[in-house]
Amino acid sequence: MSNYSVEAISLIKVFGRRLIFNNINFTFESNGIFGIAGSNGSGKSTLVKIIAGIISPSSGKIIHKCGNEEILPEKLHNHIGFVSPYLVLYDEFTAWENLVYFSEIRGIQLNKDRVNYLLEKFLLINRKDDLVKTYSSGMKQRLKFIFALAHSPELLILDEPTSNLDSEGKEKVYTILKKEAETSIVIIASNEETDLEICALKLELEQYKKMSNSRIRGEIVK
Amino acid sequence: MSVKAYSLFRKDFHSELRTRYAVNSLVMFIIVAISVILFSIGTEKISQSLTAGLFWVVIFFSAMSGLARAFVSEEERGTTMTLHLIASPSTIYSGKLLFNLILVFMMNIVIALLYSAFFDAFIIKNFLLFVVTFILGNVGLAVSSTIIAAIIAKAGSKGTLYPVLSFPILLPLILLVVQLTLNSLDGTSFEQSVFELAMVVCYDVIMLAASYMLFDFVWKD
Repeated sequence: MSNYSVEAISLIKVFGRRLIFNNINFTFESNGIFGIAGSNGSGKSTLVKIIAGIISPSSGKIIHKCGNEEILPEKLHNHIGFVSPYLVLYDEFTAWENLVYFSEIRGIQLNKDRVNYLLEKFLLINRKDDLVKTYSSGMKQRLKFIFALAHSPELLILDEPTSNLDSEGKEKVYTILKKEAETSIVIIASNEETDLEICALKLELEQYKKMSNSRIRGEIVK
Repeated sequence: MSVKAYSLFRKDFHSELRTRYAVNSLVMFIIVAISVILFSIGTEKISQSLTAGLFWVVIFFSAMSGLARAFVSEEERGTTMTLHLIASPSTIYSGKLLFNLILVFMMNIVIALLYSAFFDAFIIKNFLLFVVTFILGNVGLAVSSTIIAAIIAKAGSKGTLYPVLSFPILLPLILLVVQLTLNSLDGTSFEQSVFELAMVVCYDVIMLAASYMLFDFVWKD
């Protein structure tokens, strides 16, 4: 169990004149797997980017807290891990070099034991000194998980986590996510049934598509 | 600059050694630009003021061809989000600025050496003034180019937008450093050039402060 929490307050995102979602409210606390569901174009990726602080909402805000202390936006990157299909690692470096540089830029010591454990779990230990450009798309996806987990984040955000993975890879990911969820918050944005099955709570984005003058209470459905 | 920014610089430097993303285009541009100038002037003797102007023209356009890469290469490879996830905006700006500073100094030392070798009028009579001008000019060029690169990285037509946006921002700096370079070539004393030097220092400080304040907004969508 962690004392981390992430809270969304009246989130609205509009691109040009197109409403992506309206008035989302939720609080994810301590630990567990939480899902964000919705069809293609429903705004799942946009919402996870807002949660991760990569883009800003048009209105409303996201509050990350560690205990009672609010985490400053410029320090947020050390508390979150992020996996998505549009995340790209440096092709010209090896997996190991990527992970070393990432931890140095984060300003933290690389936990070699944990990284080796993750490399072994994701079956990349024998390829860790190969350039990432020689990896298959499935291997790159597995490396993204290691990138997201290497610094033991309190909040793990996964956008379509099992894309490019075979059934064996998916099972491995689910096992690791369940283990991570014992101590941290895991948010999965996906429209894959199997991804959402492991979520304790789900946020259905289709409910937040209408612009309304009255505040729509953000409801989390079981 | 923090250790994190230095780590980002090391990552960029290592990446540049492997990909030669910026260095190749810079080297080619410098060689072509100086060759064209040499062919066009032929055996004609050019004045010191024209030499000083041409010196900074080559530097300006070389910077245009190489310094945007700091952010454009991240955007083109799709690694911008990765940077978002590992560092704060100030660390990213500092790391990229450090990389551009090193690149611009290396590039301009090569240009200065080539000018010394091939241009008869490029004889420096006040070396101290030239060195101070060179350092301050390069700092201003790197600071401005880095923030402009961050602004244009997300735009569609980066190639044309970069020089267009850079020109009005860099014009005051270029005019001042051309005058100071001319002063160092004709032997004007350091004391007589203090006003221009102070203006360049002001430009550098203003651009550096404005860049750090602006970068948060530029970096986040």
